[in-house]
Amino acid sequence: MSLSPDLLARIRAASDEHGGPRAAMLEALKLIQHEHGWVSDAHLAEAAATLGVHRAEMEALASFYSLIFRHPVGKTVILLCDGASCWLNGAEEVREELKRRLGIGFGETTRDGRYTLLNVACLGGCDRAPAAVVGRDRRLVGPLSPAGVAALLEDGL
Amino acid sequence: MTDLPLTGRARPDRRPHTLAEWRAEGGYEAVERARNMAPTEIIDMVEAAHLNGRGGAGFPAGRKWRFMPERGTSPGEGPSYLIVNGDEMEPGAFKDRFLLEALPHQVIEGAIITARATHADEAIVLIRDEYRPGIAAVERAIHEARDAGLLGDLAIRVHPSAGRYIVGEETALITALEGHRAVPRKRPPFPAQSGLWGRPTTVNNVETISLVPHILSLGPQRFRALSRTEEGGTKLYGVSGRVQRPGLFEAPMGTTARELIERAGGVSGDGRLRAFQPGGGASGFFGPDRLDLPLDFGHVAKAGSMFGTGMLIVLDGTACPVGFLARHMRFYARESCGWCTPCREGLPLVAKILDRFAAGQGRRADLELLQMTAAEAAPRGRSFCDLMGGAMAPLASGLSMFAAEFEARLAEGERA
Ligand SMILES: Cc1cc2nc3c(=O)[nH]c(=O)nc-3n(C[C@H](O)[C@H](O)[C@H](O)COP(=O)(O)O)c2cc1C
Ligand code: SF4
Ligand code: FES
Repeated sequence: MSLSPDLLARIRAASDEHGGPRAAMLEALKLIQHEHGWVSDAHLAEAAATLGVHRAEMEALASFYSLIFRHPVGKTVILLCDGASCWLNGAEEVREELKRRLGIGFGETTRDGRYTLLNVACLGGCDRAPAAVVGRDRRLVGPLSPAGVAALLEDGL
Repeated sequence: MTDLPLTGRARPDRRPHTLAEWRAEGGYEAVERARNMAPTEIIDMVEAAHLNGRGGAGFPAGRKWRFMPERGTSPGEGPSYLIVNGDEMEPGAFKDRFLLEALPHQVIEGAIITARATHADEAIVLIRDEYRPGIAAVERAIHEARDAGLLGDLAIRVHPSAGRYIVGEETALITALEGHRAVPRKRPPFPAQSGLWGRPTTVNNVETISLVPHILSLGPQRFRALSRTEEGGTKLYGVSGRVQRPGLFEAPMGTTARELIERAGGVSGDGRLRAFQPGGGASGFFGPDRLDLPLDFGHVAKAGSMFGTGMLIVLDGTACPVGFLARHMRFYARESCGWCTPCREGLPLVAKILDRFAAGQGRRADLELLQMTAAEAAPRGRSFCDLMGGAMAPLASGLSMFAAEFEARLAEGERA
């Protein structure tokens, strides 16, 4: 499946807005991810060709950023904070409960494709520790508790 | 409201103001004032206000701005830039999220005035990707301000980042905006001489920028007088960790940890303060004997730690300091950009050893290795940027302050 003409046009436009093809690479990766949920090898190569950069450069950049996904992710991505303030407030118990209920570990996706669980740096929600950011609009949730995990997942996210 | 200039107008639910609402609250008056001032006049005011940068290093904002060349005086062609740093990822820091989400017009006001003072033609607000509500709020504020003709000829846009703590380091941030992996650059040349695309560039933190309009509105004397110390203004402090009601508290610069922890409802857990970090994850620990220290850059540095982001992390008597340190070091190890050896190789080793200690499998030789690493790698210049040195600060102070806990874990290890 190749990138849509509309997406390719937006990638070209990004090159003008961001000061050239190199500076537009991150934006291109984000546009692809926004539309497809993740960045496949084929899509990455196509975007690199569109911008006129080497695909290795694009790969170097994609692999640097933690929030550019190079594997398919679930419908809802759960970014669980592994920062120190969350740790002090029981993040490990929440993590264990999430893992148990979803049957997956960090970096994995449930078999039904609904959830991906990732660990991330402090989310700027230490006043709501333990905190997580969920879904496409990156909604901040917290304080979480092992008992509240079920409700969080049922929420449909 | 004037004693809470930064947050006095924020709504409890963080809903940002529309432009009309913001103007009804006196918004953009400072911008009007700045329009009739020469750039040097603005810088004079900011210097007289003693505004120190709130991004971590506390560098005087006015002094930084003076390095920026006037239009047409820097060699080569192209614009000058202002970058507003909203990458906020330091453990324990949650202040810029609030300022971006709840008070986006304040950020834009500050950016317009700072751009004028620094001869910048373009402003870029870099915000971490997880702060989507903040990104949306700032983008909308920019639209509104542009439509109302308030931006003048300033081009301004938001650049949403995509993860990685190191992007917040100012030279790495510039490298990132140019489309490379965010690896820091050597200074000098400083960004004011050669920054984004080799052009003069100023980087300031979101909170620093948000304070600028208030210096113009209140005047430098009144702004300075908001503080209890030599460093001007209020500070958006935060308290998290083992406290009853973690939160953000705007208070005079120089407010003490005792007052802040009290506002956060006191210590939780067993109610006993064991230690706290006064300035986020990369600051050395203070014990209860520092509860009455005025918290600003100067006082905290003199007392042997770092004011950093001004965000306190509190440990009570039941929190395991070894596990806490292990968690910190795992973070810094993961977020290393990998460019220089001490950081790339040293931090994972330190984290691994601490994990072992936390699990009761510590060894004497490991403890010595930790002490040696902390001593060798902490001073500036031992690694390419301040990430490594920053990580070593809590480790070094933690090893001495929590020596008894380390010994206890050691004994567990030796018994096993
Ligand atoms: C590893 C590292 C991460 C940093 N992250 C941030 C950040 O997220 N936000 C920020 O404003 N400053 C950050 N800084 C500090 C910046 O390099 C820079 O000093 C600051 O943005 C300047 O703004 P100020 O003068 O207004 O304080 C970081 C520094 C280091 C070494
Ligand atoms: S100290 Fe760490 S983050 Fe900084 S340049 Fe070296 S490897 Fe990169
Ligand atoms: S430590 Fe988890 S949100 Fe800050």
